[in-house]
Amino acid sequence: MEYEVVIGLETHAELSTVTKLFCGCSTQFGVEPNTQVCPVCLGMPGILPVMNRKAFEYALKLAVALSCEINRFTNFDRKSYYYPDLPKNYQISQNYYNLGVNGYMNIEVNGNVKKIRIHNVHLEEEAGKLIHPEEIGADYSLVDFNRAGVPLLEIVSHPDMRNVDEVESYMQTLRKILLYTEVSDCKMQEGSLRFEASISLREKGSDKLGNRVEIKNLNSMKSVIKAIEYETVRQGRLLDKGATIARETRLWDEVAERSEHMRSKEDAQDYRYFPEPDLLPVLIDEKWLHAIKDTIPELPLDRKQRFMEIFKLSDYDAGILIEEKALADFFEACVKILDRPKALSNWIINDLLREVKDRKLDIYNLPIKPQQLAALVEIIEKGTISSTIAKEVFSEMIQAGKAPQAIIEEKKLAQISDENLIELVINKVIANNPNVIEDYKKGKKNALAFLVGQAMKETKGKANPKVLNELLQKKVNT
Amino acid sequence: MDKKEIEYIANLSRIELTEAEKEVFIHQLSNILSYIEKLNTLDTENIKPLAHTMNASNVFREDKPESSISREDVFINATAKIDTFFKVPKVIE
Repeated sequence: MEYEVVIGLETHAELSTVTKLFCGCSTQFGVEPNTQVCPVCLGMPGILPVMNRKAFEYALKLAVALSCEINRFTNFDRKSYYYPDLPKNYQISQNYYNLGVNGYMNIEVNGNVKKIRIHNVHLEEEAGKLIHPEEIGADYSLVDFNRAGVPLLEIVSHPDMRNVDEVESYMQTLRKILLYTEVSDCKMQEGSLRFEASISLREKGSDKLGNRVEIKNLNSMKSVIKAIEYETVRQGRLLDKGATIARETRLWDEVAERSEHMRSKEDAQDYRYFPEPDLLPVLIDEKWLHAIKDTIPELPLDRKQRFMEIFKLSDYDAGILIEEKALADFFEACVKILDRPKALSNWIINDLLREVKDRKLDIYNLPIKPQQLAALVEIIEKGTISSTIAKEVFSEMIQAGKAPQAIIEEKKLAQISDENLIELVINKVIANNPNVIEDYKKGKKNALAFLVGQAMKETKGKANPKVLNELLQKKVNT
Repeated sequence: MDKKEIEYIANLSRIELTEAEKEVFIHQLSNILSYIEKLNTLDTENIKPLAHTMNASNVFREDKPESSISREDVFINATAKIDTFFKVPKVIE
């Protein structure tokens, strides 16, 4: 039978605040275990959590960026479950009045735009980190609570994705939006951005949803894709045999590249949500919401479309430029100085990005300024230097952080357009190659190219090719 | 409240109860629940649910770091530790 895959994603993103959600402990990653903890995040009796304003505003900002309806009255709830990474035995989360609901995000797949609906966006606290000792037969686990209480944003999509390309695009687009809005650093290797997938299959053409399977422990975008591909095959085989799919949660085993049963719907957890009495509700008024809206930059996909329309860039070029906000900002700053979008985009995509890769540069802290790249392109267009020499100048600009004019002067790289000077060179080249002139006069037209090459060599590539060609033509034809 | 419910609650709370304790708690919890049930006799037709008993909202702190507690104090209530980690019974993921 032919099946359609139905996929929804749950995303967790740690917010880029300096302190935790309910206490002043630092959120810095990679420090000694249990050194960034206090009675609040250790869940000691008698504590009082107080909300981090910035974390709340970051969550609000993302909910608005995903076009959610904002609940003007929102509050927090206790989600009860007993697990050693959760010192209070409950997680402060949102259940009854989520910050944002009914949003959407546009994704692009093979040039087509598709709208993926967002079920809700809410704010909660991160749990601690469990470490399982590697020694065989160990009967214990270790806990580091440095992460406990870090603000965590949960973004729940509707099951609107139908294949892995859409899932890939969803993850990449959401990551870019989180980065553009600067609410999360999205470092997957540090666990700042995590995905969980729910997958079900149904007969093609049917609009009934099949039993869904949730997959956890997906540590990279690649794992998400692999797990979905694996699960699609597994469920398809079961359905072909006439079996029903059990509603369950499965764990992805990254090494074995397969999923394993974790728990079924029957032993699903009973979270006993109830309003968190230690926190007060948050009311969001028009004024606050407007102030938040003003902080949201143009989002990646909108920016890409604008680049294509206004600057007439190709889909491919615009796509590369908007990949990182800093790069898109750099490009736009260049274009503001010099209205040559195509040339500037080429330099950024071909040369700047190659230097970034080779020298492992930080895009957010480039050694070259927009004025400098714009100046270089302008110099090339004026004919002061050839494009070959320009590559040399560019490399030097990156290395020394200097303006192109300074490098050209210092290294005497300016193009020679002075006819008298070029004529001197031509005379010398002709004098040195009488045979070539003979050949040319006998009709061997490409002999001229050899003379151009020789003249270029004499001037270390600095002769203006147009002037050189014209003068040489004149010379040999008279 | 029956034995099945008491066992379910005990399981959620990760506690073990003897048969005698279960009997005691069935009785006690049933009494508490029927007392609380009285609230259901009130007419709440046009009353909005209350999220908090205090008439206040929007209380925040700024995103400014404060010092954490000393290493000794972190583990003061811990029953077991290894190096700078809390040690807990093995959890199977």
